[in-house]
Amino acid sequence: MATPITASDPGHRESRAASSEPAISVSGLVKSFGDVRALDGIDFEVTPGTVLGLLGPNGAGKTTAVRVLTTLLRADAGSVRVAGLDAVRDATELRSQIGLAGQYAAVDENLTGHENLTMVGRLYGMRRREAKARGRELLGEFDLLEAADRPASTYSGGMRRRLDLAAALVAKPAVLFLDEPTTGLDPRSRLDLWATVEALVAVGTTVLLTTQYLDEADRLADRIAVIDRGRVIAAGSPDELKARVGGERLEVTLADGGASEAAIAALAQMSDEPPVAAGATIRLTVRRRGGALMDAVKRLGEAGLEVEDLELRRPTLDDVFLTLTGHAVEEVEKEQDA
Amino acid sequence: MSRLINDTLVVAERNLIRLPRSPDLLLAVTVQPVMFVLLFVYVFGGAINTPGYDDYKDFLLPGIVVQNIAFGGFLTALGLAEDMNKGLVDRFRSLPMARPAVLAGRTAADIVTNLFSIIVLLTTGLIIGFSFDASVVEILGGVLLLLVFGYAFSWVFALIGLLVSSPEAANSVGFIAVFPLTFISSAFVPVESMPSALQTVAEVNPFTVTVDAMRALWVGAPAGDAVWGAFAWSSVIFAVAAPLAVARYRRAASR
Repeated sequence: MATPITASDPGHRESRAASSEPAISVSGLVKSFGDVRALDGIDFEVTPGTVLGLLGPNGAGKTTAVRVLTTLLRADAGSVRVAGLDAVRDATELRSQIGLAGQYAAVDENLTGHENLTMVGRLYGMRRREAKARGRELLGEFDLLEAADRPASTYSGGMRRRLDLAAALVAKPAVLFLDEPTTGLDPRSRLDLWATVEALVAVGTTVLLTTQYLDEADRLADRIAVIDRGRVIAAGSPDELKARVGGERLEVTLADGGASEAAIAALAQMSDEPPVAAGATIRLTVRRRGGALMDAVKRLGEAGLEVEDLELRRPTLDDVFLTLTGHAVEEVEKEQDA
Repeated sequence: MSRLINDTLVVAERNLIRLPRSPDLLLAVTVQPVMFVLLFVYVFGGAINTPGYDDYKDFLLPGIVVQNIAFGGFLTALGLAEDMNKGLVDRFRSLPMARPAVLAGRTAADIVTNLFSIIVLLTTGLIIGFSFDASVVEILGGVLLLLVFGYAFSWVFALIGLLVSSPEAANSVGFIAVFPLTFISSAFVPVESMPSALQTVAEVNPFTVTVDAMRALWVGAPAGDAVWGAFAWSSVIFAVAAPLAVARYRRAASR
């Protein structure tokens, strides 16, 4: 899949993007299901040719947002424009400008890979011959040529996901929506998919992707909108978001989990905020980077505490989420599972 | 309009390509109807009295063909429920295709499989000794009626497939909704042999009307208004089920 992607056709796109209008613009989006407000007033814009990452835990409203943006759902309030088209008034025209690949590989398992892509092409309005040729081309780009004439039921999970993404690219969409594109993928397939997205963006495609993986948003997104409980709670470039949560993180793993109180007391003076303990791991934001590791070792040694591991690192998006919402991504998921 | 026709044909083709690759579904449209004909003729045939017919086969075949055709729409209920579950309906709804084409194409595919079932059943019937008492025009008229009736029921099954939560549920809901209707009719036994309450149900049952029409067309039974009545029933069933199914499809948030 490392082959260059020819999925976009800038010439055909210019006509619409020439006005330098945002590729996606969303304002005041509200959508409720019964008593649950899945979207509670969402606003954002995406510049053509860039990637916006919608980052948030399960149930934050990411998928609902994608469904509204791709005309699968109609919002209760607010407006959506994609590729300069209104999601309600110009829905059919809008659909011809977008591609959607979802969490579940939406392919017909009883059709071959080539038949799947040909069907999608013809439903985008291509002639049979044109759709077949385009299908072949995509199967080549996604390293599926050998499996082209086998039913998709014989494909591995990674292959199905590639076929699903290929189907989303059949019509060379100006705007691509990826709903949790790497959930459930093995690490190798994940890296391949990231490379594909980067290649698409390099030739001018606008991408909106949702993810609960912070490293994924960090790697792919030009801008990130953090979503929690149907609201955008922060937006900016990955660096801007990290800057908002301040200094370096010190993470100490103790040999004895029961000694965390003593360790917190020993390290408290290194930080403006009280250290946080999770089992045998203590986390704090250090005031000064210089000498922090030595200082920590000295303090813990004086307190008679045995250290198993010690790490000083730049803040990650995990820290961003923790700072912004007061809870970690994983905790939210647990709450919802309960 | 040309878009609707094109997209409907694309979806119909897709559904017909996949059928031969699903052995279980293939069995359902080939072996199962033959099995029913043989079981009814040889197990019940001797015990059921059919005044006016020398042979139970001649009474049964028009009835069992109607029952089979009504169930032909099962493929639509299963197919749609599966497409909803697997996210394919989401894919279709994100494409710039004509909206009713997913349903129209799915039900159109049933016409082809129904025609295939009719040929299988008639061949079986002729082999075991069923004999027409009809002109070529009447025989073809019967086939046409079966296809129209089957098509109308495909839309009932389309609605069922969109309302339920899984292919398995589509299977049992479809079976429970349609199976009793086919039995409380003139399909397998003369209506006169039923308790009077059931007779009332059977007489207004669209299956009875359609089965009587088939007997009029294929084995020369007195027709009355049955033939026109049967076409009218099919039209009514279609006129009610199709808009409901399309409306349901528009709203369907795929799971």
